[in-house]
Amino acid sequence: MSASPLDQLRATYFEECAELLDSAYAQLNALHEGEGDGETIHALFRAIHSIKGGGGVFGFARIVALAHAMETLLDLMRDGAVPSDPARVMLVLRGADILADLLGAERSNGTVPGGVEDGLVADLAEALDGHGGPQAEAAPTDGPRTEAGWRIRFAPQPALYRNANDPLLLVRDLRRLGPVEVVADLSRLPALDAMDPEGAYCAWTFELTAAATLAQVEEVFEFVVDDCDMSIEPLGGAEVAAIVEADVPAEATAQAQAPARAEMAAQSVRVDVAKVDRLVNLVGELVINQSMLVQMGSTLPPEVCPGLIAGLETLSQHLRELQEGVMAIRTQPVKSVFGRMPRLVRELSAQLGKDIRLIVTGEGTEIDKTVVEQLADPLTHLLRNALDHGIETPEQRVAVGKPPQGTVLLSAEQRSGRIVIVLADDGRGIDRARVLARAKERGLVAPDASMTDSEIDELIFLPGFSTAAAVSSVSGRGVGMDVVRRNIQGLGGRIAIESVTGQGSRFILSLPLTLAVMDGLVVSVGEETYVVPITSIVESLRPRRADIHPLVGGGEVLAIRGAYIPLLKLGRHFGMHGAIDDPARGIVVIVETDSAGQLGVVVDELVGQQQIVVKSLESNYGRIGGVSGATILGNGRVALILDVAGLSGPGERLQRRTAPQAIALQ
Amino acid sequence: MAKRVMTVDDSKTMRDLVAFTLREAGFEVSEAEDGKKALAALQAAPVDVVITDLNMPNMDGVTLIRSLRTLPAFRSTPILMLTTEFDAAKKAEGKSAGATGWLVKPFDPKKLVDVVNRVLG
Repeated sequence: MSASPLDQLRATYFEECAELLDSAYAQLNALHEGEGDGETIHALFRAIHSIKGGGGVFGFARIVALAHAMETLLDLMRDGAVPSDPARVMLVLRGADILADLLGAERSNGTVPGGVEDGLVADLAEALDGHGGPQAEAAPTDGPRTEAGWRIRFAPQPALYRNANDPLLLVRDLRRLGPVEVVADLSRLPALDAMDPEGAYCAWTFELTAAATLAQVEEVFEFVVDDCDMSIEPLGGAEVAAIVEADVPAEATAQAQAPARAEMAAQSVRVDVAKVDRLVNLVGELVINQSMLVQMGSTLPPEVCPGLIAGLETLSQHLRELQEGVMAIRTQPVKSVFGRMPRLVRELSAQLGKDIRLIVTGEGTEIDKTVVEQLADPLTHLLRNALDHGIETPEQRVAVGKPPQGTVLLSAEQRSGRIVIVLADDGRGIDRARVLARAKERGLVAPDASMTDSEIDELIFLPGFSTAAAVSSVSGRGVGMDVVRRNIQGLGGRIAIESVTGQGSRFILSLPLTLAVMDGLVVSVGEETYVVPITSIVESLRPRRADIHPLVGGGEVLAIRGAYIPLLKLGRHFGMHGAIDDPARGIVVIVETDSAGQLGVVVDELVGQQQIVVKSLESNYGRIGGVSGATILGNGRVALILDVAGLSGPGERLQRRTAPQAIALQ
Repeated sequence: MAKRVMTVDDSKTMRDLVAFTLREAGFEVSEAEDGKKALAALQAAPVDVVITDLNMPNMDGVTLIRSLRTLPAFRSTPILMLTTEFDAAKKAEGKSAGATGWLVKPFDPKKLVDVVNRVLG
């Protein structure tokens, strides 16, 4: 908060540049797809122009030079002097990339190796086709200087007055250089009835009797030289140093231009994220407070205060709306991430010699800013994989009767409190035989294991797994699917894969709308209360004793609808006394863990479902295995939130002999 | 009373810079992000000096200048345009539309204050 004004300006500049670059990329994509019109190049020009303007203020010479070269080319493209062909668009695109790098470096006080942009600047100049940019004005020189002073003859034209210039102000400025004697020439002044009130009839001679350079004198008249007849000569009969002839004033010829563009930028206010977070936090406190009130209210007999229940009900409703409203401030369209994908596809498909079309839908879907930011890496990785491993070469595709052009679909939509992002390709699908062989070869799966198709697909998420027969420079060694999954889980999301051999693969990412609030099931275990995120719960039930089977080596499984689910006794897991140990006397909450399939968590009883505000444990205390955070309940007590993904049952390894995670753990 | 200046620029960085510099120098500064908004705001509340960028969405600087000059209240209000170093053609266009003077981007803050003072009566 105590940043200096200049630091704040810099911060504004970088933020603005990020937005400008985003919009520049969008425009470049449109141009590349042949969808751009005149306004597209205009907007692009303005974006680069603004980056350059601000860059100059902070003395970012390299940014200014590069932006200038781009702007010069765009100016010609805008006027149609050179065509806006793919090659030129590509040059500007490369420029935008380097600008982004340079800006990033300035922002973080890092450096970008010198000269990376030199080649591009040369290419950009080349692309001008000899038109040359608009000429830079000659650098001003101080010009001759006299000790005696200058005589200035000055006869304004009407345009001078029309532009709100005032000879009096000129005299005032001239006096700053030294004593000035003014002689008015009123000889051209007509009779009053013949006078045009907007005409210019007076002329003056100014004699500046002080040592001054010609440049200093010219600067005073800088804005008016075109709108007057004037001459400047040194005093004392020396030779005329300079005569500035008046240009014939160009009559305003330019027609009303640039019709107002219908597309209006959305009205927005720039707010520090910290302020928003404060609001989010406060609303969270309110939610806690409200649930406290509800709890207290519920203990009162209704007749004590008849309006109370209804009032609390209304309060809850409004609070939920308020909360949604505040959360919405933090949300951003996924467009900012999706927008980077088209060019990735373009570049990679060129590099791979494949013909690939990317279809993007649901770009407007909004999601928490933090999630958007952290989505870029996993999504890029998935896309690279799809292009590199999924989609076949045109020849291969034709050979199997597919159209030569591959298609990748990227979509986002909101579905019941979560955002679902799907990345689908119509490539060869997962080669399960190869995946399985590979997993066996690497000792990730028992040699005699028999696995279902979806279990085999899950194998690609194992750490260090790689199927790429030849390691490619595009998607690397295929490592990283485990990282992708971890990234998504870190955002409270899930990732699933569906694949049909020969027809393609679909990656389905399901992400929470926000990280700060979630619906939770409150459960009690012994003396303690825990919260299980609703989104991870499959079902809850009180098991029959007959369905519980002990395992050799400890642990129990629950037989349910023909499947065996390992049980995790929460009380024992966290070493608590007084918790129910017999699953048949407690409740089993079946949750979906991301890595180990379903798991039955044994608790004492279910307390209720409620909206909870997530408080970070890590930032206040430290990381605890099996716990993702904490919250404050209506009764004011702190409850820990279970990290379902991080839980694993003791019987799991024995029961799920072939399950990927279990094997990997050994 | 402090002189009022309006800075019109689609770049927030530029607006902030102009506003910051002029506020430091004792001016009262208002901002608008394009010509259209500036025109609307200025019609409601005139200022003593207008500083406008030329390249802007919705309504560019030249159109803004021309529109302002048709309003009696702005017949004699100094209007400065912000141009880039090579924009000679644009500068001429702005002048013929009625601009009083110009300032070349990037500018020295002191120069900005000087120029504003130069055109202020």
